[in-house]
Amino acid sequence: MSETTLFGLGASALVGLGLYGFVIHPEPLRKLLAFNLLVSGVFLLFGVIARRGAAVGMGGDPIPQALVITGIVVAFAGSALAVGLLLRLGQKTGRATLRDVPSPPGDGTTS
Amino acid sequence: MPEPVAVSTPGGALLVWALMFPAAGALFALALGGRHAERVVLALMPVGLGLAVAIAARVLRADAALVYVVGGWAPPLGIALRADGLSAAMMITTAVVICATGLFARAEFQTPQGLPEARAPLAFWALLLGLWGALNAVLVGDDLFNLFVALELLTFAAVPLVCLDGRADTLAAALRYLLFALLGSALYLLGAALLFGAYGTLDIVLLSDRVRAEPAAWTAGTLITVGLLAKSALFPLHLWLPPAHAGAPAPASAVLSALVVKGAFILIVRLWFDVMPGLLTNAAAQVLAALGAAAIVFGSVLALRQARLKMLVAYSTVAQIGYLFLMFPLAAGSAGPASLGAWTGGLLQAISHACAKAAMFMAAGLIAQALGHDRIAGLGGIARALPVTVFAFGLGGLSLMGLPPSGGFVAKWLLLSAAIDTGQWWWALVIVAGGLLTGAYLFRVLTPALTGGEAFLPPPAPVARSREAVVLALALISMLLGLLPLASFGLVQVGRADMGVTP
Repeated sequence: MSETTLFGLGASALVGLGLYGFVIHPEPLRKLLAFNLLVSGVFLLFGVIARRGAAVGMGGDPIPQALVITGIVVAFAGSALAVGLLLRLGQKTGRATLRDVPSPPGDGTTS
Repeated sequence: MPEPVAVSTPGGALLVWALMFPAAGALFALALGGRHAERVVLALMPVGLGLAVAIAARVLRADAALVYVVGGWAPPLGIALRADGLSAAMMITTAVVICATGLFARAEFQTPQGLPEARAPLAFWALLLGLWGALNAVLVGDDLFNLFVALELLTFAAVPLVCLDGRADTLAAALRYLLFALLGSALYLLGAALLFGAYGTLDIVLLSDRVRAEPAAWTAGTLITVGLLAKSALFPLHLWLPPAHAGAPAPASAVLSALVVKGAFILIVRLWFDVMPGLLTNAAAQVLAALGAAAIVFGSVLALRQARLKMLVAYSTVAQIGYLFLMFPLAAGSAGPASLGAWTGGLLQAISHACAKAAMFMAAGLIAQALGHDRIAGLGGIARALPVTVFAFGLGGLSLMGLPPSGGFVAKWLLLSAAIDTGQWWWALVIVAGGLLTGAYLFRVLTPALTGGEAFLPPPAPVARSREAVVLALALISMLLGLLPLASFGLVQVGRADMGVTP
């Protein structure tokens, strides 16, 4: 098995695990961790693509590497924003869950 | 066959300005802080509107897309910016809605007297510019990875707008929105990675040349589409939308509902009509439209059952997004007048819904401000206190229902006739049923508002005439769109031909 196949399968496994975790866990923090696992798999896939597309004598195609750096920044920013929101929510309600959030004032029903 | 090499067209630099002015403005707003943030936005509003009109005029006059090759490096090495008719039309819509929102929001997001700076106003004005820049980037991007970054900017500007007031329920709504959006962006990025791996470029023009019907392209297209569906809140991925859009302050709801969800929709259109025009099989298009039809029915029925006005308007957005996706089976496949009509109808629906829904959210905000609540059961006789606001709400509603002479009527009529022309009568039934359901939930609001005679205790608080005027202006625009001759919508067709789709 070549190294690109091996790492490609690794990337697929990470994506699969992340997606599974994201779908089955209701807690926001676990969803966030699963999201990070999922994008790690995507970044690894970019690495595999860089290796596969490398010209003769080069270690890797630089474009996917540049994309991964931007992708990491974006995923980091998204995670930071989510953690920030989650912390505020925890301070307000004392819980880190999206269930049983108080309904807005003036709301006659549960929505 | 040699691949086309992108070169900058005259006036292409306008596209750079369209990206630069909101980015620079947001930085200035944050750096200057306090009251200056609002002034920066108000000063930039005419600039942005002027740029959007100038870009549209150039696109229309040249009858071709504007292109700017950044740094003189042609794709695949460099990145190109490209504005076709679709981009130009949506840029004008964006500018109009954001300018109206800015004028409307002045009373709500004023830095209080005696304070040098307040958190919510500063965040609102900076985020409004961030949102504008992100939308322009989504519209002029010509590279799938660039579009990914633009889409993320859009999400990161939109999510905090939901929870500006910092209440627990809006924080939860914002977090739920962000989680859906993050999953969507991960799937989009995975699809983009697959496309790059298979074809070695992410430039839309080059990709459209290289993409072939094979498993890699299908998988990538599906992943990107599902990711974008989560961001555009198409049924069944709409769960985040109603609490987020209903909980946000009224000016924020207006831009979120009118523009942000459309950003992701435009990218789905780009993907299937520009990147892989040959790959949109009839089955795939029918699935997208079936989800749209389900959104129309579910969204409208749930809107009928809401107790609060803003929730009703938010569920109405879920339903109206459904109409957008009906254009896929109608515009694809058969090249000809039906396809042209469906394309124009779909985009006109996006534009008229943007104006109408922004007006309706602002009207709902004014009603809530006057009454101190927005329970539909307590709206009796509100039209006597706020006649202009209720009139604007009704006008917006006519556009959503698709009654002539509104923009919504022309959009739905174009989709309806495309459905009949292409023999897909089942979509025509959905459009008609959706119109009836929309009428039903609007009458639930308008009947008590216009007829109820109960005396309000306490009496409704007065609202500023200027804010009512903004709401009315937006509602009138959504109406007048229907009175324009159809030929004036030729703009949205410009630039499609050179992407491999012959109109």
